[in-house]
Amino acid sequence: MNDMTPDRETRSANLKGLGCSRKRVEDARFTQGKGNYVDDIKLPGMLHGDFVRSPYAHARVVSINKDAALALPGVVAVLTAEDLAPLNLHWMPTLAGDKQMVLADGKVLFQGQEVAFVVAKDRYVAADAVELVEVEYEELPVIVDPFEALKTDVVLREDLAGQTHGAHGPRKHHNHIFTWEQGDETTTNQVLENADVVAEETMYYHRTHPCPLETCGSVASMDKVNGKLTLWGTFQAPHVVRTVASLLSGIEEHNIRVVSPDIGGGFGNKVGVYPGYVCSIVASIVTGVPVKWVEDRMENLMSTAFARDYWMTGKIAATKEGKITGLHCHVTADHGGFDACADPTKFPAGFMNICTGSYDIPVAYLAVDGVYTNKAPGGVSYRCSFRVTEAVYFIERMIEVLAIELNMDAAELRRINFIKKEQFPYQSALGWEYDSGDYHTAWDKALKAVDYEGLRREQAERVEAFKRGETRTLMGIGLSFFTEIVGAGPVKNCDILGMGMFDSCEIRIHPTGSAIARLGTISQGQGHATTFAQILASEIGLSADSITIEEGDTDTAPYGLGTYGSRSTPVAGAATAMAGRKIRAKAQMIAAYLLEVHDDDVEWDIDRFVVKGAPERFKTMKEIAYAAYNQAIPGIEPGLEAVSYYDPPNMTYPFGAYVCVMDIDVDTGVPEIRRFYALDDCGTRINPMIIEGQIHGGLTEALAVALGQEIAYDDLGNVKTGTLMDFFLPTAWEVPNYETDFTVTPSPHHPIGAKGVGESPHVGGVPCFSNAVQDAFRAFGNRHTNMPHDHWRIWQTANRLGLHD
Amino acid sequence: MTQKMHIKLTVNGEDREFLAEPRELLIYALRETLNITGPHVGCETSHCGACTITLNGKSVKSCTMFVAQANGAEITTIEGLGSPDSLHVLQEAFKEHHGLQCGFCTPGMITRASKLLEENPTPTEEEVRFGMAGNICRCTGYQNIVKSILAAANELNASKEAAQ
Ligand code: FES
Ligand code: FES
Repeated sequence: MNDMTPDRETRSANLKGLGCSRKRVEDARFTQGKGNYVDDIKLPGMLHGDFVRSPYAHARVVSINKDAALALPGVVAVLTAEDLAPLNLHWMPTLAGDKQMVLADGKVLFQGQEVAFVVAKDRYVAADAVELVEVEYEELPVIVDPFEALKTDVVLREDLAGQTHGAHGPRKHHNHIFTWEQGDETTTNQVLENADVVAEETMYYHRTHPCPLETCGSVASMDKVNGKLTLWGTFQAPHVVRTVASLLSGIEEHNIRVVSPDIGGGFGNKVGVYPGYVCSIVASIVTGVPVKWVEDRMENLMSTAFARDYWMTGKIAATKEGKITGLHCHVTADHGGFDACADPTKFPAGFMNICTGSYDIPVAYLAVDGVYTNKAPGGVSYRCSFRVTEAVYFIERMIEVLAIELNMDAAELRRINFIKKEQFPYQSALGWEYDSGDYHTAWDKALKAVDYEGLRREQAERVEAFKRGETRTLMGIGLSFFTEIVGAGPVKNCDILGMGMFDSCEIRIHPTGSAIARLGTISQGQGHATTFAQILASEIGLSADSITIEEGDTDTAPYGLGTYGSRSTPVAGAATAMAGRKIRAKAQMIAAYLLEVHDDDVEWDIDRFVVKGAPERFKTMKEIAYAAYNQAIPGIEPGLEAVSYYDPPNMTYPFGAYVCVMDIDVDTGVPEIRRFYALDDCGTRINPMIIEGQIHGGLTEALAVALGQEIAYDDLGNVKTGTLMDFFLPTAWEVPNYETDFTVTPSPHHPIGAKGVGESPHVGGVPCFSNAVQDAFRAFGNRHTNMPHDHWRIWQTANRLGLHD
Repeated sequence: MTQKMHIKLTVNGEDREFLAEPRELLIYALRETLNITGPHVGCETSHCGACTITLNGKSVKSCTMFVAQANGAEITTIEGLGSPDSLHVLQEAFKEHHGLQCGFCTPGMITRASKLLEENPTPTEEEVRFGMAGNICRCTGYQNIVKSILAAANELNASKEAAQ
C-alpha cells in the first residue's frame, strides 16, 4: 500500500484544487448547444405574454380598450392595472425602498413603461394583440434633465405627493428622492479653503445598460392541483425572488419554487424584479397554465435596469508637492421614474463612498442627491460592485485633473498618495476598512512592464512631430489604479429587502467518495461549477472532478443572496470553505476511530488523515466517506454532510494597475488601442484561466462604456439607442488583445484569502480607456471631456482644441 | 391569421416537414417547432449572431429570414456539428482555450467559425477577427474565442496534412 501511494505533489495535483487552471465542466453542454436557458423552456399548454408599452415618456393614461385584442383568436387575457389592483399587485416594492408600477396606474413615467400584459397562445398572436389594445394617452411635460427636475413645478410622482420623507430621509422637492451624506463636510471645506491647490471638475458618467446577450424572461407555472408555483427566470438572486414573490402574492414561501436555469450573462441586468416576472405569475394564476414572458432586445434596453447616470462634481485639495489633503464630491443621481436601484438597503448610492480610491486622503465628504426623471428605472451595478465604477471613475479623473493643475506626472502623483502597505487594515475617510493591499509594488510592476518612461518620451516626440505637421495621430497613455469593494456583505450593515447578505453552501459526501455541493449563488458565465469544486477539493481532499456543484433551484439550494457585486467568491466561496472544514472535522473523528488513535493524534495531509509521526498509517477521505455510511461508529452520527451560512466580517478590497496606450487619429476621431496592460490583485487565485477570461471580458465591457456605449434620450424622453444598431457592443474587430498580470495579496479575513475578480477589470478599465483618450489631448490644453468617447465626440474635442485648423 | 404553409427543410441531415405561417421567422421555427434550441435569440435584428446557422452552405442569421424563404433549404446548426462522443474540432478548441463563459453566444460563434474555416482554412488573426465580427460576445472579450479558432485551424490543417 505504502509504495503505491503517489508522492504529495501528485496527490495535490490530482485534486485540481486552488490555483489550477482547470478546464470548465460547463463547456461540454454549452459548446454542443445543450444549454438550458429560460427561453428554451417549453411546457405543455404554455402561453406567451407580451407587453403593451407606452410610446410616451410622461402621459396620463385616459383609457384602455382591450375589446379588439380579446376578440383576436388565440388571445386568452389582457391584464391592466385595474385587473391587478384587487390582488394589490398593480404596484410592487423596489429594492431601493420605493415602489414601482407593475402596469401603468393612471399615468406613465418613461417611454417603454408596461401598460398592459397580453396573454396568447403563441408569441405571434400575442404581438398581434399588443397592436390591437387601444390606449388613449394625454401627454404631460417631459423632464429628462435631473437638474431641471429639481426646479420644475411638474410633479412626476403624484403618488408621493405630500410625502416629505422617503425611505432614505428627507425629500427637498417633489422630484427629489433622497440626500445621502458621508464624511465630514465642515473639515473638508476648511481643508479646501486653506489648500495650496484645489482642482475642481464636473463630470457626467452617462447612462448605459448591462445588455447581456440573453434578455430577461420568466416562465411561471401555477399548479392549481397541489397549490405550487414554479417560476423559472433570469434571476441573479433566485432566493430573494422567492421571498418577494411570496410576500407579493400571498402564496406561502414553501409553495414557491424559483429556478434560475442557465443564464446568458447578467452583469447586473438580472438582479432586479421586473413587471414581466410579476405579470407572468399573475397570468399563470389567472389562466391555470404556464405563461412565458421573454423581452426582446429593444424592451431590454428601454425598460430593464440601466446603469450609472451620475453627474459628479469634485474638488480635490493638495499641497504644492502633490500630497492630497482633502476630497469633496457631490453627485446628482438620475434614477428615472421609480427608484429601483439595486443596492443594499442602507446604501442608496451603493458604495459610492469608496470614492477616495486607493489614496490616503485624510478628510473627505460625499453627498448624493437622488432625483426622479422621465427615464426608465434601474440603477444597477453593471459589472461592478454597487456604484463602484462611478466612484473609481470619479477619483481617477480627479487625479488626472489634479496632475494637470500641479503640472505633474499623473503616475507619480498616484504613487505619492497611495495608501502604504503598512497602513492596512486602512480606515478610509468615508468609513471603509480596506482589508489588505500593496499598491506600490503593483504600480511599480505595471509601469516597468510597459516601460512607462519610454512611453512618455515617445508621446512627447509625437506631439512635436504633430506640431511640425509630420503626423495626424496623437498618442494617449491611460493610467488607472483602482480599489474595488466587493463581497457584500456583513449582515450588520448589508441587506436586501431586509435579508442579510450572507451566503451559503451545503455539502453532501457520497459513500464512494464523491460529493455534491449546493450554493445560494448562481453562475451567469463565471464558471462556478468549475471553481467552487476547486475550493472544496483543496479543503476536503476529493478531486474537483468528483464534486458536482449545483445552484439556482430554491427547492434544493440553501438560502443565499445570489450573484452580483463580485460577491460569490468572497461570500459563497467562504461558505464553501467553511462547510468543507466542517466535513473535515467530522472526518477527523472517523479517521481517528478507524486508525484506533485519539482524534488529536491524526493530522490532515492533502487528501487524508495520517497518524502523527507514522505517515504510513492513514485513511484517505474516500475511505472515510465510505466508513461514514457503512459502519456504526460510537458517538458519531452516520453520514457526512455539512452546511455553512457565512456572514463575512468585512468586504474584500481587490485592486489593480492598468495602462492603456492609444493612437488617436485627429481627423477621424478613431482611437486605435495599441496596448492594454492589466495587473490585477484579487488575493488568492482559484483558477488563473478563468480569472484571465473574466479580465478580458470586463475590459471589453469597459472599452464599450468608455468609447461609445450609452442609453441616450431626446428632449421628449424618446430612447435614441434602443437597438444594437445604436447601442454600441464591440465586436472582435474592435477589441484588442490584452496583457494580463498579477500580484497576490490575500484577504486576511477570508478563509482562503480570495477577494473576487469578475468586476475589477470593468471598474479599472473604464477610467483607463477614458484617461487614455483625454491624455492624448493634454498637451493641447484638454482638461476633461465626458464619456462616451465615440469617434464623433473625439473629433469634436480635437476640433474644439483647434487641431483641425 | 394567414394560411399556414407546408415547409420542408433538411436540418442536420434529417428531413423535417411541418406547417408554418409564412411570416414566422426561421429561428422560431427551428427553436419552437423543431425543438432545436442551440441557436439563440439575442436581438432579432441581425446584429448579434446568436442565431447563426449554416443554410445552403452560407452563414445565415436565422432571426432575419422567414421560414418561408428557407423552404427546401439544407441547414446545419450547432447540434449538427459534432456529437457527444466525437466533438467537432472547434467545440474541443473552445473548451480547451476557454472560448466561452455564459455560453449564450457559443452555438452561433462555433457555427460561424466552422464556416469561416471552410472559407479560409488558414486565416490570420486579423482575418478571424474580421470574419467573426458578425457575432457578438458580451462575456469573453473575444481574445480566447480568437485563440480557439486559430487553434482549431491549426488542428484541422495538421490532420489534413497527416492524411495526405
Ligand atoms: S438574434 Fe439573430 S442576429 Fe441577433
Ligand atoms: S460567452 Fe456569454 S455572450 Fe459569449
